[in-house]
Amino acid sequence: MLTLPTTPLDGCLTVIAAWGVIGLAGLLRPHSVRFVGRVLFPLSAVCGLALAVVAARGIGAPATHAVLLIGLPDLPLHLRSDALACLFLTMLGAATTGISLFAGGYFRQGHGAAPGLLCLQYHIFLASMGCVLLADDAYAFMVAWESMALSSYFLVTTQHRLAEIRRAGFIYLLIAHLGALAILLSFGVLQGGSWQFTFDSMRAAHLSPPWATAAFLLALLGFGAKAGLVPLHVWLPEAHPAAPSPVSALMSGVMLKTAVYGVLRVSFDLLGAPPWWWGLVALGVGLGSAFYGVIFTAVQTDMKRLLAWSSIENIGIVFAGLGLAIIFHGFGMGALAALALIASLYHCLNHACMKSLLFLGTGAVLHATGERNLGKLGGLIHRMPWVAWLTLIGALAIAGLPPLNGFVSEWLLLQAFLFAGDVPRAFVDMLLPIGAAIVALCTALAGYAMVKFYGVIFLGQPREPTLAGAQDAGMLERLGLVWLAAGCVALGLFPVQVIGQLNVVTHSLLGAALADPTAHWWLLAPAVARGAAYGPLVFLLVSAVVIVLTLLAVRMFYHRRVRRAPPWDCGFARLDARMQDSAEGFGQPIRHIFQPFFLIDRELPTAFDSKPRYRMSVADRIWRFGYEPVGQAVRRMAELVTVLQQGRISTYLLYSFVTLLVLLALVL
Amino acid sequence: MVHVPLLLQLVNTCAAGLLLLSFAMLSQRRVVTLVYLLATQGALLCLATLLLAWRTHQHHLYISAALTLGLKVMFLPWLLHRLIRRLDVYWDTEPLLNTSVTMLLGLVIVVFAFGLAQPIAALSSTAARSTIGIAIAVILLAFMMMITRRKAMSQVIGFLSMENGLFFGAMSATYGMPMVVELGVALDVLVAMLVLGVFFFQIREQFDSLDLHHLESLKEKP
Repeated sequence: MLTLPTTPLDGCLTVIAAWGVIGLAGLLRPHSVRFVGRVLFPLSAVCGLALAVVAARGIGAPATHAVLLIGLPDLPLHLRSDALACLFLTMLGAATTGISLFAGGYFRQGHGAAPGLLCLQYHIFLASMGCVLLADDAYAFMVAWESMALSSYFLVTTQHRLAEIRRAGFIYLLIAHLGALAILLSFGVLQGGSWQFTFDSMRAAHLSPPWATAAFLLALLGFGAKAGLVPLHVWLPEAHPAAPSPVSALMSGVMLKTAVYGVLRVSFDLLGAPPWWWGLVALGVGLGSAFYGVIFTAVQTDMKRLLAWSSIENIGIVFAGLGLAIIFHGFGMGALAALALIASLYHCLNHACMKSLLFLGTGAVLHATGERNLGKLGGLIHRMPWVAWLTLIGALAIAGLPPLNGFVSEWLLLQAFLFAGDVPRAFVDMLLPIGAAIVALCTALAGYAMVKFYGVIFLGQPREPTLAGAQDAGMLERLGLVWLAAGCVALGLFPVQVIGQLNVVTHSLLGAALADPTAHWWLLAPAVARGAAYGPLVFLLVSAVVIVLTLLAVRMFYHRRVRRAPPWDCGFARLDARMQDSAEGFGQPIRHIFQPFFLIDRELPTAFDSKPRYRMSVADRIWRFGYEPVGQAVRRMAELVTVLQQGRISTYLLYSFVTLLVLLALVL
Repeated sequence: MVHVPLLLQLVNTCAAGLLLLSFAMLSQRRVVTLVYLLATQGALLCLATLLLAWRTHQHHLYISAALTLGLKVMFLPWLLHRLIRRLDVYWDTEPLLNTSVTMLLGLVIVVFAFGLAQPIAALSSTAARSTIGIAIAVILLAFMMMITRRKAMSQVIGFLSMENGLFFGAMSATYGMPMVVELGVALDVLVAMLVLGVFFFQIREQFDSLDLHHLESLKEKP
């Protein structure tokens, strides 16, 4: 008789082990798409669902510990599941359910690596993310963290025969390692002289303020590199387009959140009481990333690159909320800190759903058309209705429109910002409303970018004749999309229930919580005293009624026929698909307004060109002026060193000889 | 009591012979002759060890001497000789760098080595401490020989000669290394020799010659 695991920790470990087994099973028949895609990936989705259920039940449960006697001698792995870990594990499980279902239909033969091998890497990636969230000592954490980076690196470079994909993978690996180094140093500071690397001893260690600050800044740097905060964001727009879509979804939807988890763990749990000005740093970096990310989102022409930049924006918003929570917490304003942190965590959950959904949608489009370039897509809503309508939900959600989930977290964050005037500190209380304005700007621009994303891909006329043959997604892929879209809708319609759970997490982290957020099951009123409230079901009802009434009214007062007609062509009469608004055209106003931020390389034809050619590229200034000089300096130094390499054994022997003589002469 | 200084004088003579042989190797063109010189150097080393063992009643030095005789005087020269015959480089000679300049540089090295040996000799309390300088000189001269040669075979002979110098240095400074270390080093040299023997065949197969300047083509092009 099999006994079910009793504690959440046991349950999570069982799922992680099951993922490991599924991954290894992929090696049994590595070339069989049917076995890997139809059996293993759906099984993995079932495991994900189990993890989500187990972890969601674990949020309210008391923290449990375990010590695994594997690893190095005298260095066992400490594991712990508490409310924070369980929340992120729920997110991992729920997002994986949809992504694995989709992946079962997505991976096909001839995609570089064999499906079985991909299955192994994919499940190691999942299991290592689970371990990162459960780790309770620095050793276990770093092992899991690096496994996560390496397995995702191999997934990114699935099509390793293309030079640009190898380059993208290299940049990703480079920045991942820089980040890991900073995290390692941060743990080195956190142990505070006890040389015990369990998180328990780090909680007990009392660091002096300068050292605590060093630990926090190192952690912010290290986790920020993984999260894609500006200026360490450069790997995201490279790696996400390179990776297969389910992997992009997993990386963007879940892996970036492990970095948020890391910052939360270090700042609130391990360090204890963060001073308020750390929050200002996190807030500044977060707002900067959000703004920088969103203006680049608006000018992209590659659909996956666009989503990658959008991830930078969303992570920026999450970090802004986190910074705000630290500020409020530092001033002892518990309820407001809880509100900001809830907004931040809620946005993590939302982003896991909607960004995964959008990446999977682009994956379906990519499979059907073989195109990532927005300029060669269009009109796909007729060919791929399932993908189009489900992606629409994701696009509306990420644009922050009610009654979907994106609105809830952004509304909560703005609420938190609006109370910032109460901060008992001059200048800070004046600066914070500016932050609110930036968040609002980002949200609006994200909406703009999503109109472009959705409109150019799915609406209008097909821009290429080949698009006529595009096929809608298969059954497993649809299931995955439906699951994630349902997540977006559920998170949007039932925020009160979600916040009830998040409140437990913030209470465990901050020692403060919202007062009775679940008073009305249908009305979200986080700060009752101020009177701001939001009822998504009411909103849905009212908007549905308005739409129905409008339709009825139109039918009643005008003719009762529905007819299809070509759009007005201004009398030109020879409109073709290429005269539609293009992705570049749509982004032009943003490019114009925020010109100083872009590095634009443009080739305009003159009026007398017989073969006019228009070419434009928008590059990242940070890459050109922050990274390229470093790379060139390293190359120059390497070239200086190559002088030493003569290829002659005599010369090499001479080096040793001279070294020996010099050393001998020194001891003389 | 005449025989005691006589024994030590004999050791010193052997040491002088070792140094002379090192210079001879530095200026020798023919590869086969180099092997003979190496064998002679080994024999002298063996003799010096025996004399020192007799003088100081260090019994483990007898074992060292036997090891030297077996390995450095008989086996390795025989192995090298066989390699030379099988690789068909019996009549091989190699162009040396300017011999007189090399010799002068060798002299400078010897002076340097003797200067270096003085503080070590002052610390040491062994009977043969005056020969430490010679041991260091032998090591450095062998090193120099490796630098100036282009044939793989001569490089290996230089390497073995260097090992002779090390052994002699250890013996004169501290009556030899601990037995375990000595056996280990002997085994290392043997294995290195066998590996290099295989390596020679590989090099020749690849480049039709044992001349090491062909390996320069392996350098990464900028």
